[in-house]
Amino acid sequence: MTARLRFRKLVSAVMLSLTGVCAFVAVSVLFFILGYLAFHGGRSLNWDFFTKLPTPVGEAGGGMANAIVGSAKLLLLASLVGVPIGFFGGIYLAEFGRRGAGFVVRYAADLLNGVPSIVIGIFAYALLVLPLKHFSTMAGAFALGVMMIPITLRSTEEFLRSVPRSLREGAMALGASKWRTIVTVIVPAAYRGILTAILLALARVAGETAPLLFTAFNNRFWSPGWRQPTASLPVMIFTYAVAPYDDWHRQAWAAGLVLLGLVLVVNIIARLVLARGISVPRA
Amino acid sequence: MNATAKQPISMNISALPGATTREMLADQPMRMTISKLNFWYGPKQTLFDVTLGFAANHITAMIGPSGCGKSTLLRTLNRMYEAVSNARLEGEIQLDGQSILTQDVTQLRRRVGMVFQRPNPFPKSIFDNVAYGPRINGHNQPLAEVVESSLRRAALWEEVKDQLHKSAYELSGGQQQRLCIARALAVEPEVLLLDEPCSALDPISTAKIEELLVQLKELCTIVTVTHNMQQAARVSDFTAFLLTGVMVEYNPTPQLFTTPSDPRTEAYITGRFG
Repeated sequence: MTARLRFRKLVSAVMLSLTGVCAFVAVSVLFFILGYLAFHGGRSLNWDFFTKLPTPVGEAGGGMANAIVGSAKLLLLASLVGVPIGFFGGIYLAEFGRRGAGFVVRYAADLLNGVPSIVIGIFAYALLVLPLKHFSTMAGAFALGVMMIPITLRSTEEFLRSVPRSLREGAMALGASKWRTIVTVIVPAAYRGILTAILLALARVAGETAPLLFTAFNNRFWSPGWRQPTASLPVMIFTYAVAPYDDWHRQAWAAGLVLLGLVLVVNIIARLVLARGISVPRA
Repeated sequence: MNATAKQPISMNISALPGATTREMLADQPMRMTISKLNFWYGPKQTLFDVTLGFAANHITAMIGPSGCGKSTLLRTLNRMYEAVSNARLEGEIQLDGQSILTQDVTQLRRRVGMVFQRPNPFPKSIFDNVAYGPRINGHNQPLAEVVESSLRRAALWEEVKDQLHKSAYELSGGQQQRLCIARALAVEPEVLLLDEPCSALDPISTAKIEELLVQLKELCTIVTVTHNMQQAARVSDFTAFLLTGVMVEYNPTPQLFTTPSDPRTEAYITGRFG
């Protein structure tokens, strides 16, 4: 009996240490990346980085103002493509498409989520760049927007489904039509989860490089409007990091830090939004 | 369950045996009537030839053991059963002499309100919860007035008048249930259905709601489902006893609980099963 008990305690101790070590490794990888990036990026980051254009090769200094604005424009337009389609599609899946067509859409969305981002880049290239004979912000944003669709769609569906059935019944029993119930009760009850999912989808595509390589391409100057090739932070990081100049490497670190800061800000905003308003208590 | 319990019983309200108490069912004007109602979930029949009427401005309680079909019966009265995809109904249900089955369902639910087993306030403020019905149905009176009068009728106004814009979830369970009653009353229903409204509440909250129901019958006709026989005896004027989808007995409450006319009713109320 005591031998058995000792064995159990041993197993317990081993498993506890194993899970603990794994959890520690997972977190420390993140902190290592963060620390390394903050260290190198912080050294190279200055006001010029946010306000100036890239300098010609060999000339020190300059910044990535055009890439920061370019990334912002890409994300804005990508949201206009991805969020409405994902959001309304998610409503359809959760409320109307329980089987049949719903199954097909759900399956297609999961597949789309698994498509390598570079393939989505090629898709946007074939669809927008070739016919217009021009790399453009539009094409890049379209590629990013397509990537946002399945994430937004599936999480909207999940959050809508998690709204308790009793709330639907409550609204219907007061004479609300199905559509009215969705608009006035179900979506408001789920909006915070949905908003978080949208912001996370945005953060996810903010760092995508591959779909931009042959859609938005790159630009060392300002890109006016939506039909010109544009610089973006991820592509700049890629270009600068593989270049043979120390000054460019430093700038790439700074760009990495800015991109990370951007994602962090988005996450903090998401948290702040979540902390406000009335949420449905978990059963 | 014995074999006779499965036999459908056809009830003629005017011919109920032993209706001798002061308030006899046959003399009452009926707000809603159900006749020859059969109900199926998929292949499974859950109600058999149920016929009964709900007397205007009275409280009717439906009692019976779990799974006897009392909640299903209640949910036919505002057609909430339609949310279940494979539900099927045969028979006739009338509200003020008109069939509810052919009416516009949102109009019907405006006239026949419902309060559920567990309090289900919306994730909105107390005010917005009560104002929900008037808002979606369109209302001529100022909203603030409707909200106040509804909360007063639900005996909740004094407790919440200073915190109307707080979340409904900050209220206690009993207060939430009274809020749900206020929300239902705000659309001024003719009939109020209650599906075991106190089963998730403590005794004090239960007592408050029972007292409230008795006051509310001035305003509307009340149909309540309960598995609590004492509750049915305390608040209702008429009681229907259901067993395995069959209506066994429907009589004035004092009579049903003192001199039941069916041996199965007696067995149930004396606690021999259920």
